[in-house]
Amino acid sequence: MWNWDYVNDLLPSLLKAFGVTLGATIAGFLLSIVIGLVFAVAARSSIGPVRWIVRAVVEFIRSTPLLVQLFFLYFSLPMLTPFAMPAFITGIIGLGLHYGTYMSEVFRSGIDAVPTGQWEASTALHLSKRKTWLSVILPQALPPVIPVMGNYLIVIFKETPTLSAITVVELLLTAKSEASITYRVFEPYTLAGLLFLVTSLLFSFGIRLLERRYFGTKQLTGGGKR
Amino acid sequence: MNAPWLESLPLLADGLLITLQVTLLASLVALLLAAAAGLARLSRYAIIRGIATGYVELFRSCSLLVLLFWVYFALPFLGIELSKVTAAVLAIGLNIGAYGAEIVRSSIKAIPSGQHEAGIALNLSPNERMLRIILPQAAARMLPPFGNLLIELLKSTSLVYFITLSDLTYEAMVIRNNYYTWTPQIFGSLLIIYFILSSCVFVTFRLLERKLTAWR
Repeated sequence: MWNWDYVNDLLPSLLKAFGVTLGATIAGFLLSIVIGLVFAVAARSSIGPVRWIVRAVVEFIRSTPLLVQLFFLYFSLPMLTPFAMPAFITGIIGLGLHYGTYMSEVFRSGIDAVPTGQWEASTALHLSKRKTWLSVILPQALPPVIPVMGNYLIVIFKETPTLSAITVVELLLTAKSEASITYRVFEPYTLAGLLFLVTSLLFSFGIRLLERRYFGTKQLTGGGKR
Repeated sequence: MNAPWLESLPLLADGLLITLQVTLLASLVALLLAAAAGLARLSRYAIIRGIATGYVELFRSCSLLVLLFWVYFALPFLGIELSKVTAAVLAIGLNIGAYGAEIVRSSIKAIPSGQHEAGIALNLSPNERMLRIILPQAAARMLPPFGNLLIELLKSTSLVYFITLSDLTYEAMVIRNNYYTWTPQIFGSLLIIYFILSSCVFVTFRLLERKLTAWR
């Protein structure tokens, strides 16, 4: 049933592909933070239309599957625009956009938690908008939501196999192609599953530790309720 | 406007039916698992709590797509062969159910202990306390997160494309193979269909919430 020799043959290529998975996870996570920040700040713009458009875009992206968004980015964009991007880059942009909308909700909850007095004080001190955001609001809004951001790191990690649909050779696609060579599917898929399982359990253990150490025992929730 | 791919719209309608079928069945499985595991995590017996916690941790940590692959492609090697729909419903139900269990648990825990104590003072049995005092209040709290979770479930049904179950996404890919030049329109329409479906879920839950919290 379970063949250890086969496992030994499989491991090098699976671990190599796991590197691609981790790379996509980290790049997608960083991009989602940037996009999330832009969305969260733009959703509080003083210009009405900007607010409405950003909220509509966030709602639309949140309500549609990542897989279909990836198909759209990978297959349609090159036909609509002169840009054609490699699959890996498209995958990262897809992850970043999709989870950027979730991230913006997380940041929004952090920004909402900053007392109004801080905004008023900034106005009283005649700080520019830029200075208000960068030196007063964000430094107070971001640290409390770090654990929630960590949870989304795990979510993004678990979503990376979706990128295999646009031919990113990550862990699942490698397991699939190994299986198609030998017709033995049990070991590759089980190993892939275990790698995902162990890594995300380790991640969440780390985040819980960090939360307990730096954020008290208070449970933070963000982006859940609308 | 002449768009030949629109002749293939009946295919998308077939796909829509499969997507709705998987969504409905998987949400039933997920709801049952969420209720069972959520209540079990509050049990006074450590062994029941342990099993429920194990289930929640295991399936929240596993990638849904990998789970789907495992259920559909690897389980037959253990002698368990499932149809595409069953595999999809099982994988999605198990995964979303684990998230739902956390919603059930935290909503019940969020009910002030005074409610529980008042139930004891009125000499209600533990079952009566749970069914008539705690759950009706907890249900109102559960609705908004469950609405969000159902939208997540609906979105995740697109992953059944990977096991070649002919849902909306799969049919769109088939149509795209026939009308290659219409790719942007086909995927654009697909995104809009999913958005409409999610919006229906959202509106339904808003209405339900209003109904369930009318007593407030």
